[in-house]
Parts: sequence; structure tokens; C-alpha cells
Amino acid sequence: MNPRPREHFNLLARVLHWSMAVLILTMLFVGVTMVASLTLRPMLIELHRPIGIAILLLALLRLGNRLTHRPPPLPADLPAIQKTAARASHWVLYALMLSMPLIGWGMLSASGYPIVMFGGVHLPDILPHSPTLFALLRGAHGLLAYLLFATVLLHLSAALYHAWVRRDGVFASMARGPVHDESR
Amino acid sequence: MTSQIPTPDRRPPRRSLLPLAAIGLIALGGAAAFAWAAGWMGSSGRLTSQGFVDTIEATGADHPGFRRAHSKGVCVSGNFQGTADGRALSSARAFSQPAVPVLGRMSIGGGDPHGADAAARVRSMALLIRTDDGQQWRMAMNSFPFFGAPTLEAFLEQTRAGIPDPATGKPDPAKMAAFLARYPQARRFQAWAKSAPLSDSWANTAYNGVHTFYFINAAGERQPVRWSMRPQAPFVEMDKAQREQASADYLAEELDRRLATGPLRWDMVVTLPDAGDALDDPSQPWPEARRQVTVGTLSLEQAQPQATGPCRDVNFDPLILPTGVAASDDPILAARSGVYAQSFFRREREIASGKAAGATSDEVSP
Repeated sequence: MNPRPREHFNLLARVLHWSMAVLILTMLFVGVTMVASLTLRPMLIELHRPIGIAILLLALLRLGNRLTHRPPPLPADLPAIQKTAARASHWVLYALMLSMPLIGWGMLSASGYPIVMFGGVHLPDILPHSPTLFALLRGAHGLLAYLLFATVLLHLSAALYHAWVRRDGVFASMARGPVHDESR
Repeated sequence: MTSQIPTPDRRPPRRSLLPLAAIGLIALGGAAAFAWAAGWMGSSGRLTSQGFVDTIEATGADHPGFRRAHSKGVCVSGNFQGTADGRALSSARAFSQPAVPVLGRMSIGGGDPHGADAAARVRSMALLIRTDDGQQWRMAMNSFPFFGAPTLEAFLEQTRAGIPDPATGKPDPAKMAAFLARYPQARRFQAWAKSAPLSDSWANTAYNGVHTFYFINAAGERQPVRWSMRPQAPFVEMDKAQREQASADYLAEELDRRLATGPLRWDMVVTLPDAGDALDDPSQPWPEARRQVTVGTLSLEQAQPQATGPCRDVNFDPLILPTGVAASDDPILAARSGVYAQSFFRREREIASGKAAGATSDEVSP
């Protein structure tokens, strides 16, 4: 059986994937740390808001790229259940990286907090000041952050499984471009 | 090219177990790091914002929907007018915009939303100044001139000393004595609490920001300041006998009577430190002789019950600051932000879930 030459994700997809991987992991750790820390919250929340909006913009760009560029197919011999899990987890990741910043923005709006980006630059409210909306969105923001972290860990584990156990080129399709290496 | 690629199943177990173990360790390590950052694991002495609010909640009965501290109060509104001296020190829009609208809250210390106004040693003023550039400046001020604990650890120890002993239902006096013995700053605060006269109104009480902030002007110069609201209404003492006879809502009723006759005013005064004055320790007062600058005037015109007023769903986090004002490295100031946010989430959740009728209805609770 010859290893089939694999397609790779396009350059924009790869750049977005790895830069957002760094941003999203940073945000998850900044988020849980700032909620718990008695000393670091003021500093971390100043990072959390603009990075969140940056992730929202990058996620929109990424969704556009994903819908216009078909990603490389999964290996034909991958068990059906793993294929389904891969597709489902990818759409969960897309849904969360788009909804988490929006929920955060909405939650700040509903709480009456100013939505400060940096210096005097701030965003408008997208929801009315409301304890009900705030409590709902604040609760959702925390719970979905745990779901996002769990999905990221699952995604990372699956990627490493492809790289180290199956060695089927799935990891390489995101890790690098199609250099002349198909003989490997 | 033609070498056979073994499927995972056919690999000898020894070769395939190692990568699987590595993947498991990486995932486990990531989860552990996350749990540690969230404060779910790690040294048991590590204090979180949630833990601090838990400690405050343990000092008294549950009052769903109310603030965990300074629970009793009223909403107020009016405006703020800055001075040229204020503009010279800070580029904050509050000093240049004419008559900035202000939303505020006058309250008493303690966690009982039905406590007797006049019996409270500490009175407080919280403000939200919303300027026309969309920025906000929130302040939380108290009638004490300096804080009673020098560090976050001391503040927590003081709060813990207020937790009632299950055997007696009252705080253990030995714990408070131990706290006082350890911290001279706490003894200084206690001396103030015992000797400083109380006024007969929220309106003729001075409120102090206590923490150091920086004013930053248009030239980028950073000036450390501590601010106070100094009442224009003359001080009139209320002695112990009068306080004991006063009605439970004495301060709120008295404020309404005053507001009926016109606005109530305070001068916002900032004190400028000399080199060597403590910037990051709110328990160290600055000497009286330090230079003082009047940077604005606060006028309060209306009051409303907090249950239905606009201040109920506002978190007066003193670290929500406009450009032109910045926080110092005072760790107790930093801690307020996280603790207030946690208290705010809890009470808003109680209000949202309909468990806080007492906090959201004007009807007088028993």
C-alpha cells in the first residue's frame, strides 16, 4: 500500500490555525486565572477583552476561508466513529471560538461595564443592562470556557495520535505546506 | 516508497504504548495546569476571589440579591463638575466636561441589608461617572480615613475573625484580639473607630478613596493622589444616645429630607504625597500637612430606594477607570476588583433566578 500523497490546508488556514491556537490557549488560561486571582485580575482583564475581540475577527476570517476552501479529506481508512468525532469537534471549536467573544461582549453590555479595548477605545453595548441577561451570559461564558478547553485538549490529543501513532499525514497537513516530501 | 506501513493494530504493544502514554501525559498536564490556574488545586492556603467572597458570606446570614458587603444603602444621582486644577492634573474627561451625570450609592458598612443606619460605624459613597466620550470612572469611598489592614493576608485574617463561632453564634473575641495584636495598623484603625465623632447625616460626612491612584495629565505626567469627597454641609455630631434612639432607616430618611430642600455638595479634594509616603499601603495615612487640591464638585440631587433604583445592578469596582486615571500597585485595591466581580455575579444570579424578592422589591422586609 503506497502512502497517498496528502493534501495540505492552505497557507491562510495554517497561519490562522496556529496563531489562534496560541491566542485561544492564552485566553483560556488568562480567563480562569483572572476570575480566581486576587492580584492579577486588573492586569489580565485588560488583556482578555482585546484578545477576545481579536479572536472573534480571526474566527470570522477563518470561517470564510473554511467555507471557500475544502480542507484535506480525512484518511480513507480512519474508522467512521473517529471521522464523525473529528468533524463534530471541529464544528464545536468553530462554534465556540465565534460565540465565546460574542457572549463575553454581550455579558459586559448586560452588566453595565464599559467594554474597554485599550486606552480610551471601547466598543458599544450589544445588549441592554439587565441582571437576567448578565447572569445567564456570565454563567454560559464560564461553562463554555470549560467545554472549549476540554475540546481543545481532545483536539490536541487526536492530532498527536495522528502524528505519533497513526502517522497518516493528518498532523502534517496542518503543520506545514506541501513541500516535496511525499516520499516520506 | 514501497515499504509497508504497519497499521497501528499490528504494531508490537511496546512501540505503540509509548506515544499513547505521552499523549495522555500531555493532556493530563494541560488539564492540571488549567485546574491550578483556576484555583481548583494547589496549595490549600492559596486564596481566590471566590474564597474571599465565601469568607465574607460566612460572617453573616444569607441575603440573596444583596451586596455581600455594605449591603444596605440607597441610590443617588446628580452631577460632577471638574476644576481647572483637576484638568491640570488629569486628562480624564470628567474634569473637562461640564456637569457630568453621576449615578451613585450611599451605604453603611456591614453585610446586613436591614441593619440600623445610625448604629453603623462606617458609611460609604460609591460613584459612577459616565462621560460623553463613553468612558466610566467608578469610585468606592468610605468614611474611614485609612484602611484597617496593611496587606491582603491581614485583610483576610480580619474578615475570618468576624466569622461567628458555631458554639456561641458570635465571632470569637480571641481571634480579633490576635489580629489586633499582630497589626499596629489595625489598632490605629480601631482607635479611629472608637474616637472619631459620627455626624448626623450621610450629607455632612467625608468619604475617602483610601487607595492611591495616579492622575495622568495631557503631558503624560503621572501624579500619585488619594482622593476624598469633603462635604460642604457643616458637620453636626450625633452622639451615642441619639444614635441608639434613631430609626432603622434614619440616614435614608434624613437624606430625603435634605434633598427636598436642594442639592447636596461635596468638594473632591486630592492629596499629593511627598517622597517616601506609602503608595501601595492603604493603612498608612499621609500626614495632614500634605498639599491638597480641589479638583471638582459633586452635587447629588435625587435619591431612590436601591431595590428599584439604577444603582442596584451596578458593580462599583474602583478599578474601572477612565484614561487620565490609573491604579497604583496597592494589592488590596487590586483584590477589590476580583472580589466585587464575584459578589456581583452571585447577587445578579440570585436576582435573575427570582430568589431575591427582598432585594428587588420596595416592600419593607421584616
